[in-house]
Amino acid sequence: MTARIFAYVAHVNGVPDDAASELLAGAKRIDAAATPTAIVTGTGEELDAACRALQDSYAEIWKISNESLAYPNAELVRKALVAVLPPGSIVLLSHSHFGVDLGPGLSVKLGAASVSDVVDIQGIEGNILKVVRQEFGGQLSAHVRCDISTGAVINLRPGAFKPLQGASPAGGSVVDKSSAVGALSAGRRYLETVVAEAADVDISKEPVLVSIGRGMQEQENVAIAQELADAMGAVLSCSRPVVDAKWLPKSRQVGSSGQTVRPKVYMACGISGSFQHLAGIKGNPFMIAINKNPKAPIFQVADIGIVDDVLEFLPELTTKIRETVK
Amino acid sequence: MEILVCVKRVPDTSENEITLNRAGNDIERDDLVYSVNEWDNYAVEEALQIVERLGGNVTVATVGGEDDEEILRREMAMGAKGSALISDEAFEGSDSAGIATLLKAFVQKNRFDLILTGVQAEDGAAQVGGMLAAMLDYPFASLVSSIEVLNEKKLRVTREIEGGNKELNETDLPCVLSIQTGINEPRYVGMRGIRQVASIVIPTLGASELGIDKNSVGKIAAKVQRTDYFVPVLGKGAEMLGGSREKVIDKVIELVKAKGGLK
Amino acid sequence: MVEGIHSPAQVSDWLGLGRILFLVIHLVGLAFLSYIVYRRLIPLLRGERDIRFDRPLTRVARVFQYWLAQWKHPRYRSAGILHILIFAGFITLAIRSFALVIFGLSDGFAFPGRVGHLYDMATDWAATVVFVCMIVAIIRRLYWKPARYAVPERYGKDHTADAVFLLGLIAMLMLCDIVFAASNAAAHAQQGGAVEPLAALSLPWLLNRALAATPVPALLNVRLGICIVHELTFYFLLCYRPFGIQFHVITSLFNVYFAKLDRGTVKPVRWGEANLDELESFGVKRFEDFTWKHMLDFYSCADCGRCSDNCPANAAGRPLSPRFLSIKARDYSFQHYPVFGRTSARQEALIGSIYSEDEIWSCTTCGACEEECPLLIEYIDKIVDLRRGQVDDGKVPQSIQRPLKALETRGNPYGKLEKKRADWTLDKEFRLSCKVRILDDKRSADTLYFVDSITSYDDRIQAIGRATARILDHIGENFGIMGALEKDSGHDVRRFGEEMLFVELSSHNVQAIKACGASRIVTADPHAYNALKNDYKDVPPVEHIAQVIAREMDDGNISFNPVRNANAVYTYHDPCYLGRHNKLYDDPRRVLDAIPGLRRVEMDRCRDRSFCCGGGGLMLFYEPKEDQRMGVKRVQMAADAGANVIVTACPFCMVNMEDAIKVAGMEGKMTAIDLAELVDEQIVRRVPTDTRDAMAEETVNV
Repeated sequence: MTARIFAYVAHVNGVPDDAASELLAGAKRIDAAATPTAIVTGTGEELDAACRALQDSYAEIWKISNESLAYPNAELVRKALVAVLPPGSIVLLSHSHFGVDLGPGLSVKLGAASVSDVVDIQGIEGNILKVVRQEFGGQLSAHVRCDISTGAVINLRPGAFKPLQGASPAGGSVVDKSSAVGALSAGRRYLETVVAEAADVDISKEPVLVSIGRGMQEQENVAIAQELADAMGAVLSCSRPVVDAKWLPKSRQVGSSGQTVRPKVYMACGISGSFQHLAGIKGNPFMIAINKNPKAPIFQVADIGIVDDVLEFLPELTTKIRETVK
Repeated sequence: MEILVCVKRVPDTSENEITLNRAGNDIERDDLVYSVNEWDNYAVEEALQIVERLGGNVTVATVGGEDDEEILRREMAMGAKGSALISDEAFEGSDSAGIATLLKAFVQKNRFDLILTGVQAEDGAAQVGGMLAAMLDYPFASLVSSIEVLNEKKLRVTREIEGGNKELNETDLPCVLSIQTGINEPRYVGMRGIRQVASIVIPTLGASELGIDKNSVGKIAAKVQRTDYFVPVLGKGAEMLGGSREKVIDKVIELVKAKGGLK
Repeated sequence: MVEGIHSPAQVSDWLGLGRILFLVIHLVGLAFLSYIVYRRLIPLLRGERDIRFDRPLTRVARVFQYWLAQWKHPRYRSAGILHILIFAGFITLAIRSFALVIFGLSDGFAFPGRVGHLYDMATDWAATVVFVCMIVAIIRRLYWKPARYAVPERYGKDHTADAVFLLGLIAMLMLCDIVFAASNAAAHAQQGGAVEPLAALSLPWLLNRALAATPVPALLNVRLGICIVHELTFYFLLCYRPFGIQFHVITSLFNVYFAKLDRGTVKPVRWGEANLDELESFGVKRFEDFTWKHMLDFYSCADCGRCSDNCPANAAGRPLSPRFLSIKARDYSFQHYPVFGRTSARQEALIGSIYSEDEIWSCTTCGACEEECPLLIEYIDKIVDLRRGQVDDGKVPQSIQRPLKALETRGNPYGKLEKKRADWTLDKEFRLSCKVRILDDKRSADTLYFVDSITSYDDRIQAIGRATARILDHIGENFGIMGALEKDSGHDVRRFGEEMLFVELSSHNVQAIKACGASRIVTADPHAYNALKNDYKDVPPVEHIAQVIAREMDDGNISFNPVRNANAVYTYHDPCYLGRHNKLYDDPRRVLDAIPGLRRVEMDRCRDRSFCCGGGGLMLFYEPKEDQRMGVKRVQMAADAGANVIVTACPFCMVNMEDAIKVAGMEGKMTAIDLAELVDEQIVRRVPTDTRDAMAEETVNV
């Protein structure tokens, strides 16, 4: 395969995103022999630190340092990437809030194809890349063909590509591409980030979470889950629909637009298991899922699955736990 | 303000069981109920609230066929004044880039100050909005959870990012925004409203009306194509517990204790 | 009256213009009153049409029952008795007041002979009784303070001062009467004329004794003075009436006459307008959208608080108080259509100004308020109209939008597939005992069992469907269900203001019912029952399964085994739409009492005072702000009555009761069972005969 594979790696405070290793794994799925190049943008010491951190995993790291890229504004990053990427490149992004912002527009400006939220890559057949995606909230999967003859921008689903084990350090070299990028401006300007209000509870630090979803049906039933959490000495968290319906505050949301949690034990109650929710769960906790629908996607990722009505199961579980603890 | 909202008709996931059809190449569509994509509906509500405050009109457009008219009507019952069905045999099988190309042609035949799409539809691609913006060279912001119109040239836009944090941006107009669910509380569209728009004629725009080169869209031009649907082999998946609820509960407590989940 | 004593009209020495003075008072008073009444009528003239002039004989009969005989008043014993006395006194004195008016105008006016005597004595008593009642009423207001009169903070200032003022005014009027009669009689007595006896032991009689020694000129002055005071007070009171709750004294007669006759159904969107598509706006958005009768209702509210006292939503802490729906609207009309000053009808939206959204959506339409109101004020129609206005403007709570959408697309609020509507009949065990026919235009039956959505789709409630089917099977009923052809009855869709969706659902159902050829309908769902009986037109007569069971029991086709659980104490909870709205209280009780050994107790709040379970239909999806669930209060009432099993005859009541038992932590201490389920358990079963096997067909999945 002649096209170069690039992986755009986001970083915060000089620490590269977890996605860096996932993108690497994804690149290897495209072509086992490939040596993808990482691209990092930013400015100053943080950028340098990020580059150093990537040297173990990536053979080559392209660094783009530019004042305007201090905060990753997708519109500006795109212009920078378009300036440095060779034609026909394959660019891998994580399908995060940033990847969603960057990917589609980047593909247009590169004249490349774009596939997003890819959960598996099956390989290349001539000029066709074969990938797997999911649709209908994860209820079905689909085989997708992507014509990469003019390049491609591929967004990988966070957490779908397991980092490779036992790879030897790549001893990557850092290439400074900053000069290829001139002054950057765009019709969208970053102002500031408003950090979510410090909540009464920081679920990202909790070891045991009882998490609820739409399956709880009514706001009044949240109490049932709270009782279980109390009995277990755990903390209540939830998926997005619960926050949209205003049953719990945003600080309790686990997911790509909520908190990232790393518990030891995760009880998923009435949660269907959309990937946005699962994206917020890291560290491979012991997960028990209770859901009325035997086909709920959550059962694919949980360790233990129980098909039952949460509204009946939880109170009984709570009662039994209380008796056990006594 | 003239606002365009791009909408899509999708099977309603909450009121349907999505299963594979017998041939294995599509979902079983016989009993499906369709509705406007949830994200797009939030976008239309947002657009309506903006024009209610500042004046102007909301236009809804979709790429599809006759069946898709019903969602345009529904959004008109909600309050949108203009509508357009972008339809032509040549457009069938378009991928996201093709759809964006068609929408770009439509935009260029009109004057819009703001273009909204939903973040994503049932296929979860989340591409059309960003592609459309790049094709038009308009600024773009995705995952928008709040819009503030500063003046007729600028918006302040909030994006939802991880950790529940919010990213504040300023964008020039015209621009394209993809709208996240929960941005507002969409108004109810009653049967009465739907009946009232039942006989409105919706303009249909084909290749010639849009001035589109047929080779740039449709199946011919699609670089990304779905070959089939399948039910994934579950692999490891969860160990499903069976038996009486009592037994299940006992097992759960045993396991959770072992993993340190009980204080 | 007696000769020799000048009538006040003759007295010219005191003012010189006695007669003219009285004439002027009368004319000015009446003119004022007319003007005030005219101003009060203005908003009614702008209000929507309301058809209330039909069935005059029925209406007159109701006036006799509810107005004259004060039928509803004794429901609150002490206040009721008080009011009946006051009312009787008023009616008696009214004649006297008008007599005095005339008496002031012309001498020699008097009631002839014996009747006049009796009448005079009656009025003495009336004045006494009313005066005493006023004192008692004032004391009640100031010291005993019945809870239902209290005004929660958010509704403004307390009404006690106004109430006491009014009561005081009436007391003063009575006092005038008393003093007049006493002084008049005393003067006559001293003058040596034949004295008409005052009613013994009445206040005039007592006062008369006290005045026996007072010199005549003084008595005459008193008499004249008190006559003037009486006139002024009388006219002040009369003209004051249209300015507050005291208006009900004038409007009550009309309010009762024009009251709604058709129970259980909801008013049309607009009376006399069949083509709903032509209307520019649905429902009540501004004050002027109310019908004239509804505006009259607002005028007629006496602020007694009985409605809110019985409102289950109010008891649960929801932001709804029917009494204040009336008072706030009345105040709004007083403010924008004042008697003095310019009409300032600003056409503003009611919801968002005097009413809140939560207030309007909190109502379960149980009808307790309407059942209680002595003035027959209607609430449900107003709330439905307000909801219609909200729906028209798209302002429907998010929690209800989803089930409404599902009803539109799938014919049930759960969004489940139409073709699975009859799946409840596929239960393995059930199929062995009972075959349920699916009807359509090719397969018909005598009786249609209208199952409705919750019984068809809810896992727990399907058991009620099966029990009902088994009962119908047992009595040899030739019946079937419509299966996928049946759509939700739309009962609560209508009451939540989505009239057009109701029209769609009901027209579909009417056609489907016709197609299946049934000549009668049975249902176990009181909401469906009410819809089919009162909302739908052109459908066969409908019965609730309780009626069927009771009748078959009477005919000897159903007999019962001794009750399984002999230690249980049962209580029957009257579902609102079976009991209160349709007056079916006895059949379920007779059925329960026919089960040998069944111990039954009554809750305090039973029959037409039954306490709503929390609401059915779309109310199950709504998330109200409340302090406590209505269902929880109800199961506590059952426990307080000494019961440990609640029997109900409605699937929604069942859902709410079972839910409440869990929430209240009463599992193990209380259970709920449906009447059909209980009957099904207890029926003495015959061995299935060949003829019935032949009749039954294989259930076919549509």
